[in-house]
This record gives sequence, structure tokens and C-alpha cells, in this order.
Amino acid sequence: MALYSEKVMDHFRNPRNAGVIENADGIGEAGNAVCGDIMKIYLRIEDGIVTDVKFETFGCGSAIASSSMATELIKGKPLDQVQQLTNKAVTEALDGLPAHKVHCSVLAQEAVQAAVKDYYDRVSGDVSFTQR
Amino acid sequence: MIYADNAATTKPCQAAIRAMTDCMEHIWGNPSSLYEAGQAAAAVLADARERIAVCIGAMPEEIYFTSGGSEADNQALRSAAYLGARNGKKHIVSTAFEHHAVLHTLNRLAKEGFEIELLDVGAIGTVTAEQVESAVREDTALVTVMYANNEIGSVLPISEIGSVCRERGVLFHTDAVQAAGHLPIDVKEQNIDMLSLSAHKFHGPKGTGVLYARKGIALTGIIEGGAQERGKRAGTENVPAIAGMAAALEEACLHMAENAAKAAALRDRLIIGLSQVPHAALNGDPLNRLPGNVSFCFEGVEGESMLLLLDDRGICASSGSACTSGSLDPSHVLLAIGRPHEAAHGSLRLSVCEKNTEKEVDEILKAVPEIVSCLRNMSPLWRDKINGKKEFLL
Repeated sequence: MALYSEKVMDHFRNPRNAGVIENADGIGEAGNAVCGDIMKIYLRIEDGIVTDVKFETFGCGSAIASSSMATELIKGKPLDQVQQLTNKAVTEALDGLPAHKVHCSVLAQEAVQAAVKDYYDRVSGDVSFTQR
Repeated sequence: MIYADNAATTKPCQAAIRAMTDCMEHIWGNPSSLYEAGQAAAAVLADARERIAVCIGAMPEEIYFTSGGSEADNQALRSAAYLGARNGKKHIVSTAFEHHAVLHTLNRLAKEGFEIELLDVGAIGTVTAEQVESAVREDTALVTVMYANNEIGSVLPISEIGSVCRERGVLFHTDAVQAAGHLPIDVKEQNIDMLSLSAHKFHGPKGTGVLYARKGIALTGIIEGGAQERGKRAGTENVPAIAGMAAALEEACLHMAENAAKAAALRDRLIIGLSQVPHAALNGDPLNRLPGNVSFCFEGVEGESMLLLLDDRGICASSGSACTSGSLDPSHVLLAIGRPHEAAHGSLRLSVCEKNTEKEVDEILKAVPEIVSCLRNMSPLWRDKINGKKEFLL
């Protein structure tokens, strides 16, 4: 039996939305290099909707697949839904992760939530931005 | 498939397979039985014991069959520790980058009241005989230093360490799991009191190995039961595997020089090629090195991802990243030579043997830089480094 599901391997081999968004509206990061996983999520937000999303990940196969899947799950979604993304949703969409890899999906959830929080922090701190 | 993970295990050789199938078909009696079918199996054991002894310069009665390298390490360390303790000696000297079979046993012994001193292995990953000499004390029960490191390939000065230990009257054990069948071993000449080896590292079967213990060293049994192995290791002997081990070791020793030369040429081609990758570094002693070992850290990427992409291209390798070790920490060996956690996560070990080809090496040399570059392009860590926001480590 293979270590990962076909879905995980597909997202690992052909990651969706890999890259960066210049001047993103929200950026979130989770994990650290000491533990061997860093995920960074970039959001483009228009009228409360995630119109574009990109990710960068330093990490194992399931970390890259979890990031890729998380971006697919939130693309085109309103922010209130995006904020409710759970690691369980990421894991299920990947047809499961091995027990010792579930933390990768947690990092994906944390990176997405951090990016949304970053967006709200910017909005509340920038009057012209709020009025736009 | 390109198999470049010979430090993990090796493909059984034909001589081993023949010896094993012959045993299983024709000599399947219990060696402890008195009738002829049993005695035929006992004769196979005696023959294997003698041939293995010859390969390492020991006497047949100094060879104990075990389930492999780990069991041999466990038994050697416990035996030496308890022998020492009887004379009030409870200090054990070892190194920081031993195999877990040694380190975890030492941890257990520490809990039982032994004092464990792990020598620093420095940046290239080795220890000197002088380090050992200055660590040895009046109450030292044992020095245990591996012959060659399984992850980074450093070959240690075992003969010199053996002389120091013999002069100081301290028992010396070496975990020779990576060395047996690949490097010359002569336990008498090298003053080795105890040695562990494992058959599947030299084209023999898995689940069988040897503990050599110099005559006069009373072993402590760690598996209780029958009186097999002169009462030191209970359990019906794995006769086919032992026959296979003897055949494989004999063959490996017979062709040692030519095999080592072939593997070393492939190894050096890999090392030269991979050294071209920017921000990559060779791990382990560049000069005193196992003939087949290539170990690198690549900055900004994670090891498991590399292994999966290599697997997609049919290349079998290994890594010391946390994700492949099954724990949160990367390899203790890479940390012991001073690699930061981040760099240790990006490690790749390729271990070749005489059966690999230049063509295979060239395929690996094409694949690895492409894979590293692909993963770096996806890595936020790498972006920060090339943008000058974070320092390069390698």
C-alpha cells in the first residue's frame, strides 16, 4: 500500500495555485523551518470574495498537497466561509492523510486563517482601504 | 528501478539465495535434534560459523548468531556494562552519532545507573583515538564506537581506537553493520573485543546477524529460553538465513577490493556532480568514507518531497528529514555534525553498490538538481534566502 492516497500524490505532483501574488491583500504563514514545514498563503480579495490565491510551501509531500488542496477549497469563496476552513475539510478532500501527517492539514488551516486575519488587520488599519 | 539505498538494505546475491533455498528444501531439521536430519542442520550452522569467523579474523566459538545488528548491539552493550558493573565500573564511552540500537540501549543503561559519555563527532563526523583515550577512566566499562556511520558514511579509526582500549584494558565494541563485507575487518589485529554485523547489508538475508565476542567475554543473554548459541541466545537458529549470511559474507569478502573500487568510482561521480548544486553540502568525512555513501544537505527543500519525486522517476533513496524518521526531529546524526535543523530536513542519502552503473548515476545526476530546483521554486524559505531576507546556511 502506498503511503499517500492518489489524491495527495496528484496534488503533490501537480500543485494547484503554487506561487506568489504580488501586493496580496492578505498573507498568512504557519509552521517553522526547525520543524521542517512552512506554509505561506497569499490572498487577493475583492468584495469580500477570495478571487485569487497562491501558496508557497517548504515541507513534505503531504504539506505541499495540503496547501494545494486548501487553496482549491477557498478559491472563489466569501471570506466568512474561508475563515471556517478546517483541517478536517482539507484532509477529507485529500481522501485522508496518514495519522502522523494530519498536522500538515492543520498548518494549511492555520496559514489560511492567518492570511484572512492579515487582511482584516490591514482593512481596519487603513481607512481608504475600508472605503474602497 | 534505480536502487540507490544500499545502506538501508541490499539485494540478496545468488549465492545467498541458493544456500537458503537449499537449506529450506533439504536441510530443514532442527539443529538441536539428535537424529540425522537435525545433525545435518547443525553441520550447516557449524560450517557457517567457521566461514564467518574466517571473514573477520575470529575463531568459530567467538561467533554468536543473532536476529541482526540491533540485537547484537543490545547484547554487546548489556554484556559489557554488567561485566563492568561487577567490578564497580559503570562508565561507558560512545559517540553522539551511533545507530539508535546503540544509543537507545545506552539510554536504558543510563537509567540503570551507568554514566554515558558521548564523544563529539565534529563537523566532518568522526572521532579520534586521542578523544577516546582522554575519555577513558579507571571506571570505564566499555568503549563502543561504530566502524562506519550509516547515514553520512564516515569511516572511523577503529584500529587506533582498538589499540587505545587494549592498552587501557577497556572492552571495545564496534557496530560494524555498515562496514562488514565492504571494508576489511580483522578483530584480532584491530583489537576488537566485540563486533556487530547484519547480513542484509552485504547482499545476505534480513533478520540475521552476528555478535562476535572475544573468547573469555561472558555474554549476558537477552533472550531467555533454550541453550542455543552456548546458552547465550535462546531460540531455534534461523538455519537458512545463517547459511545465506555465510555465503553472502564470503562472496563480499572475496570481491571486496574490486567491489569497493567500483562503488567508490560511482560515489565520487555522484559527489562531484551534486556538488555543482548551489547551497548544497556533502555530509560526512570526505576522505575516510564508505565506498558507496553519498550524503548531501540541500538548503530550502525538505527531504521527503525529494524522495517522493525521485520515486516518481524510479530512483530509491533515503533522507534524514523528520518526515521520514517518523519523529519531529531530523536525524540525530546530521544534528551531531552541526547541521541546523532546517538543513538537516533537506538531506538526501544515496548509497550505491558495485551493481549500480554509470548510466544510473547519470540519471540520478539529472534528476536531483531538477527536483531540488522545482521544490525550491515552491519554497517560501528559499524565496526569503534569494531575496536576502534570510541568511543562507550552506
